[in-house]
Amino acid sequence: MTLNTFKNVFFSVLFLAISFVGYATESPENENDKEFNAKEMIMHHVKDAHEFHVVDWNGKPITIALPIILWTDQGLTTFMSSEFHHDDSGSHIVEKDGMRFVKYHEKIYQLDANAQEVAFDAEHHPTNASLPTDLSITRNVFMMWISVIALLLVFISTARVYKKSNNKVPTGIAGFMEPLIVFVRDEIAKPMIGEHKYNKYMPYLLTVFFFIWINNIFGLIPIINGANVSGNIAFTLTLAVFTFIITTISGNKNYWKHIFWMPGVPVPMKIFLMPIEIVGMFVKPISLMIRLFANITAGHIIILALMSLIFIFETIAVAPVSVAFALFIGLIEIVVTAIQAYIFTVLSALYIGMATEEAHH
Amino acid sequence: MTITGIAAIGAGLAAIGAGMGIGRIGGSAMDAMARQPEIQGKIQTSALILAAFVEAVALFGVVAALIV
Repeated sequence: MTLNTFKNVFFSVLFLAISFVGYATESPENENDKEFNAKEMIMHHVKDAHEFHVVDWNGKPITIALPIILWTDQGLTTFMSSEFHHDDSGSHIVEKDGMRFVKYHEKIYQLDANAQEVAFDAEHHPTNASLPTDLSITRNVFMMWISVIALLLVFISTARVYKKSNNKVPTGIAGFMEPLIVFVRDEIAKPMIGEHKYNKYMPYLLTVFFFIWINNIFGLIPIINGANVSGNIAFTLTLAVFTFIITTISGNKNYWKHIFWMPGVPVPMKIFLMPIEIVGMFVKPISLMIRLFANITAGHIIILALMSLIFIFETIAVAPVSVAFALFIGLIEIVVTAIQAYIFTVLSALYIGMATEEAHH
Repeated sequence: MTITGIAAIGAGLAAIGAGMGIGRIGGSAMDAMARQPEIQGKIQTSALILAAFVEAVALFGVVAALIV
């Protein structure tokens, strides 16, 4: 991967990765290396991390440390990410339970028993260290928990309003949530799945819709360093796998017949269509996964790239143009948060609808 | 030319294709909405879904360019 082939990777922690107001400061130990590397800055922002990088103050990063949980040969090891002292180059060694760890490119490596410091091969892979299973609370995990808490607060209070009001006109937060829930039911579930069967899938569709939406919105908040949850391929993969499992389990006889022995076409065509349909079964969730991941990541990259223009041209004259364009893209991104949540839900519903459709010929 | 440059050109070509596709979808949807404003909602839904399908192809190009 090209990320690892770049020489000056040690520069990555030094940049404030804030969506709208990113600015750079130079580190004291890297004084000769003054070149601004936009790619490093952007990738540092888009990828998952073991700490929240809030701001650089007088060349020193201010971060919120998060716990690191490792499963090693000798069992569970935990410590705070602050023990690495903001080091991401693998030079700071943390000793814990008789084992030594380094952090390099946001990966925790365990040094071999006799190694004094971590050594790299030409591809920038450590040669004398191994990767323990990393179960850390990274910033993506942390932001996901915050989204879960926010959703629970909103929906539990919504449910409470309905319980109290005896099905009268909803008040307060329920009045705000009801149109959204009715929208998912009437515009997504009913037309895609059908009047009779949609009810069973409503909990999944509502969960996916609101979870993706709130994570997209949290990704745009600059001050929490825009934890890029829904732009993480593991996150979208998990959601796509849920859709795949639900589609496969609820698939009826008609659905499987269309995959393995397409009705209404001659036999050579049936044989020809079978592998295509089987591949199509897997391509659907894969395209769901890539669509959400690429859309959200692309949005973050565009905003950061526009801000980077100021530092690439090294003049303040570009700043008004950059800020104006970044603001414009930022506003579009607010619309995109909702559209992508809607698209993911609609396509999930469409696939479920295809799987549960009754034969009509 | 490096492999990264070629990948970038490929991503650009994918974007051209998606632009043409989404442009056609948007134009036709607008036409249809102007002719039959009463089914505007339905047309909008299908246009968005189709745009998502077309856009996915461009995004495959972007992802391929990113990981090369």
